[in-house]
Order: sequence, then structure tokens, then C-alpha cells
Amino acid sequence: MLDRRQFVQRLLIDRGDLLVVPGLGSATYDVAAAGDHPLNFYLWGAMGGTAMIALGLALARPQRRVVAIPGDGDMLMGLGSLATIGVKQPQNLIIVVLDNARYGETGMQPSHTDAGVDFAATALACRFRKSLTVTRIEEADAVRTLLHSGEGPILVNAKIKPDDVPRVLPLRDGHAIKDRFIAALNDV
Amino acid sequence: MHKPTEIATSWPDAIYAQFRRVGIRQVGYVPDAGHSRLIALCQKDPQITDVVLTTEEEGVGLVAGAALGGQRAALLMQSSGVGNCVNMFSLLRNCGFGCIALVTMRGEFGEFNPWQVPMGSITEEVLRLCGFLTYRVESPDAVDEIVGAGCDMAFSGNLAVAVLLSQRLIGPKQWTR
Repeated sequence: MLDRRQFVQRLLIDRGDLLVVPGLGSATYDVAAAGDHPLNFYLWGAMGGTAMIALGLALARPQRRVVAIPGDGDMLMGLGSLATIGVKQPQNLIIVVLDNARYGETGMQPSHTDAGVDFAATALACRFRKSLTVTRIEEADAVRTLLHSGEGPILVNAKIKPDDVPRVLPLRDGHAIKDRFIAALNDV
Repeated sequence: MHKPTEIATSWPDAIYAQFRRVGIRQVGYVPDAGHSRLIALCQKDPQITDVVLTTEEEGVGLVAGAALGGQRAALLMQSSGVGNCVNMFSLLRNCGFGCIALVTMRGEFGEFNPWQVPMGSITEEVLRLCGFLTYRVESPDAVDEIVGAGCDMAFSGNLAVAVLLSQRLIGPKQWTR
């Protein structure tokens, strides 16, 4: 099982021009802890929408790499979006689910993945080009390579330990997060 | 079995022409009889990426992502779909994403299926509570002007705008055995 902060940090080292959409809750804190960046579109709500925001962005910017980083609860709420992404086949989109099999924000109640529901198998059934489950930090470099050059759509299910780590709180004003992102994207 | 409602007039063409005028580049939709002609026009247009959704809620995320990437997107849905979107609409309001939604109404006029009435009868109020400006279209002649004005308000001011296409305009759903 992975340490969530260490894993996300390793994925986003020397991130180049990656566009990153972390889901609400701990995923947003993990991405912020890896280093604030204007090309992070932090979510504080819109549960279930992370993968679809990433799809709209990936379709609008086919020359850029787009990474969605939802938690397992967020991904479960938007499970249908895997089918929608499977129809569109965006080559520049990768989803990394931070799966601790828990609802961390509400008291660590078990999620469906705790009972064995499998995102990697679901993604393949939804016509993702590639999917895999990772459990060891030694696999982080290979996942990072997929972020930058894997042919999407790809789903990586990252099994993380259900630790309660300190919160790292980034920008919370939605307008500011959006405006900063758009300005940075158009500046490159 | 039922067949899609025949769209006798060309009002969907007027909506499509407005999409072209304002540069809509992504269209999210759940298949819908009332929007069938507009959806077909969008699918044929190489400038527009059509995205078929499993639920209308997904389309709200799509609009936000498209806007982050610099593209304008439109949502096509039935009135029942508005209910599927309610929490996700907070994304538009919190971040100030412009959005144009075209809503075909059910459950409000000559509706044979009472199961459509609970959502259809509150659709406009729900949209307004969620922060949308709403405009109703009752006649084909008004479609061009109202959709055009709605698109301009959505994208010049980053506002959420919904145009409700009334059931009188669309016509009753046709059923065959």
C-alpha cells in the first residue's frame, strides 16, 4: 500500500506542462502538498465531476496532457463518466484514482472498493486503452511516465494506505482558481 | 416501442446557427427526441465535438473543463435532466463558468406520462435556484432571438443561462404500438 503524499509527490516531480485536476477532499490536499501550481484546478466540491472536467479540458487541449486525480468516493459517484470517456477515447487523458477504500472526509467509512469493486477492471470494460492497479512506491516512476507519454485513456488505481494525513489547504476561491489556471495555460 | 418525435419545423437549425455564431466547440447531451435534429447537426460538424453522456450531471463538468481549456460548450437536456445536475451546478456558480443549456420540456403541456410531471413542473424554478437565468421559448419564430441572446449573456458575462423549449413548441411525444 502506498503513502498517498509520497506517491503524489513522485508523480508530479518535474511535472512540465501537465494539467492537473484533483478531486475534492484529500486528493486536492495531496496535490497541493506536492507543490502549489497554477495549472492545478483544485476542487472543493462537485463530487463525481473530476473525470468529466478533465475530459472537457482534454478535448479542448488535445496537445496537452491532462491528469485527473479523484479519490475513490469521487470516482464511484462519477462511475458513468468512465463510459463517457471510453466513447471519446481521449489519448491525452489519464485518471489516477487515490483509492484508500474509505470516505476520508466523513469519518473513514468503508467505500465500495473495500468490498472489492475494481476500478481497473471497470475502466477496461469501458474501453480504456490501458488500466492498472499499483500498490508499491517503486511503481511510481512508471506511472509518472504514463502521465507524460502514455496513450490514453488510461486509468491507474493507486491503492493507498487509509492514513489520516495533515491537511494542506490550497486556494479555495473558485473564481481565483479558475482565473489563475486559464491565465497560466494561455501564457505558455 | 416509440419512434422519435418528428421535428416539423426548423427551429433546431436556428439553435445550431447560433452555436456556430458564438463558436460552440463542445456539446454534451443525453440522447433526446426533442433535440435529435440539433444533435445530428452537431455530430456532423467537424468544428464541434459531441459528447454523449450517461447522465446530464456529467455535462456540467464537461462545460467547466472545456472553459478551462478555452472552449465554449453547450448542454442539451430534457427537463428531467435538470434534476440530475443540481449539486454539480455549484461548479458553475462557484467558479463563474459561462454555460448555455437548452432544455426540452416534458411534463408541462399535453403530457401523457404523469411520471414526467413532478420534475417538468419545477424545472424552471430549480434552474433559477441554482443560479441560472432562464428564458422560455413558446414559438418557433422566437428561437433564434432568444437562443442568441442567451448565448451572448452566457459567454460575454460568464453566466449560467438556460433556454427552456416548451412542450408546445416541441410537440407531444409520438407513440406507436
